[in-house]
Amino acid sequence: MTSVVATNQTILVVGGGISGMTAALEAAETGKQVVLVEKNPYLGGRTVQLYRYFPKMCHPTCGLEINLRRLKANPRIQVLTLAEVTGITGAKGAYSVSVKLKPRYVNANCTACGECGKAVTTEIDDAFNYNLGKVKAAYLPSSMAYPQRYVIDPSIIGTPDAERAKAACKYDAVNLDDQEETISLNAGAIVWATGWQPYDAAKIVYYGYDRFPNVISNVEFERLADPHGPTGGKILRPSDGKEARNIAFIQCAGSRDENHLRHCSRFCCMGSLKQTHYVQEAYGDEGKSTIYYIDIRAIDRFEDFYQKVKANPNVTFVKSKVARITEDKAGNPVCNGVNTEGYIRYANTHDLVVLALGMEPSVKGVNIPAEVMSDSSGFIMADPANAGIFGAGCATNALDVNRAVQSATAAALRAIQVVNKVARAEA
Amino acid sequence: MSDLNQQMAERYKNNFLKEIEEQAEMGEWVKMCMQCGLCSGSCPTNFHSGWDHPPQEIFMLIRAGKREEVLNAQGMYMCTSCYNCYVRCPRKVPVTHVMHGIAEYAYRIGRAPKNQPTMHLSRTFWNNATKYGRVNEVKLTQSLYFKDGLGAGIKKAMEMQTVALGLVKAGRLNPLEAIGGGHKCKDLKGIHAMLAKANELEAQRKAAKG
Repeated sequence: MTSVVATNQTILVVGGGISGMTAALEAAETGKQVVLVEKNPYLGGRTVQLYRYFPKMCHPTCGLEINLRRLKANPRIQVLTLAEVTGITGAKGAYSVSVKLKPRYVNANCTACGECGKAVTTEIDDAFNYNLGKVKAAYLPSSMAYPQRYVIDPSIIGTPDAERAKAACKYDAVNLDDQEETISLNAGAIVWATGWQPYDAAKIVYYGYDRFPNVISNVEFERLADPHGPTGGKILRPSDGKEARNIAFIQCAGSRDENHLRHCSRFCCMGSLKQTHYVQEAYGDEGKSTIYYIDIRAIDRFEDFYQKVKANPNVTFVKSKVARITEDKAGNPVCNGVNTEGYIRYANTHDLVVLALGMEPSVKGVNIPAEVMSDSSGFIMADPANAGIFGAGCATNALDVNRAVQSATAAALRAIQVVNKVARAEA
Repeated sequence: MSDLNQQMAERYKNNFLKEIEEQAEMGEWVKMCMQCGLCSGSCPTNFHSGWDHPPQEIFMLIRAGKREEVLNAQGMYMCTSCYNCYVRCPRKVPVTHVMHGIAEYAYRIGRAPKNQPTMHLSRTFWNNATKYGRVNEVKLTQSLYFKDGLGAGIKKAMEMQTVALGLVKAGRLNPLEAIGGGHKCKDLKGIHAMLAKANELEAQRKAAKG
């Protein structure tokens, strides 16, 4: 049984991405007790799956490393991975929360030596790389994973593969008898930071994401460019592994669309502008990027970044929402539409199409197991009716990393005020 | 008819957007367009000549107050009602219906071109179908084929004869109906009463606006 120490002066943070980690750290560093709950076997969320950040083009590992060091140094934060909040009862200052813990089958003895991974033969989809590749069923989710502990996939439990993993472990870290459990804990305030997911691209029927292998999403493109990704950082297209030198980026794929996501997702313009750098970096003058857009929304201080990309002769901008993607005989995706600057019909062939998918909350407001006000897209609104539950990061709005961190800091401050009140009442 | 055109131009002066919003059916949607170009890109008629202005260009021309350009345009008559633009429009603008609304308004104020083919088809189909409550296929094709004269009509009929024979064999086309009145619906009086009521309501609605 997992034991967690939590009282009404504890802040519960749900979601261990960049927002949840920030909220947990900010609160803990003011002396509060924090329980951080994360669904995945590792912290860092979608940020750790990025190749680079805009606008400075630095690697997320850098920012996360600092956060992880703060986390390791802080005894007030208890981290629960593979954990999901299933129920919330009580009121502001005195919540009772049930948390479902899935088995990892690997205990804290693990040194991440990798022997179990070598022993296991079964391969599963690599969720960290958006299923673009395969991993062994005993795996370390990523090189940056925290906790730095292997995970055994439940699909091999009860098979000889699991026994092989156990036999290979020199540290007695594999425990195949691990069971799912539900624990209950107290909290005075809750920071809800469950983040975002890319919009389901297959729903945009005319882009054929589910029919054409060379139509991929922006998050998948991040993994292709990453040296730790499935292609070792080479931008190769999925259908035949050919180098993709002529890449189309389609903006507002799902966003600003009454039939899909009603809101502007804010980050996707900058995301695609950033990704043109990957193409330039990989292929120099032979790498061509084309951005199809309605209008470029490089918000406030990012205008400069946009102007620099615009000055790059290898990047073309076409003012048009692509109407349809087709495929030619060679398996190349063809973008069809009308350039609204001059009303010129085009059918442009590319090696690869990247859909700049918008953001939707990964847990929509109505699915949060508590009374929480949310907007029509499912983002949590700031509302007094939410009592001691505060949204943070992309659970509240479509935000980039920078703004998500600001939002998380604000949520932490609100949560601190609630537990301070509890502390005064209990003193 | 052209008097009505003059009246409307006088009445709305330089506000053509307002004129379309108030007078054309679905005209109030014009301002919702965000000029993404998805409708034009999705339009199958774009491959034909005579498609001078695609939908989003017509919307922008209306907003820019280009009354003459819009009323002289061919774009709104070219619509085949495939509804691609309608289902894809990110602003949920009923593009198909707006185009029909503008075309109908241009016709009403006497600005529609004479013998415009799609308008001719619509009118012929409507008259044919409402007369007996059912379409008389022979009469309909006759009046369409011979629109441009006897020679052109015979040529077109020869081109299509295998299709016609197939329809006859399948019992979908009765050549004798070229002479007789054609088949009728069961309650012809009811249909006509319904259409009369619909006309009355539309006239009321237009009178209220105009």
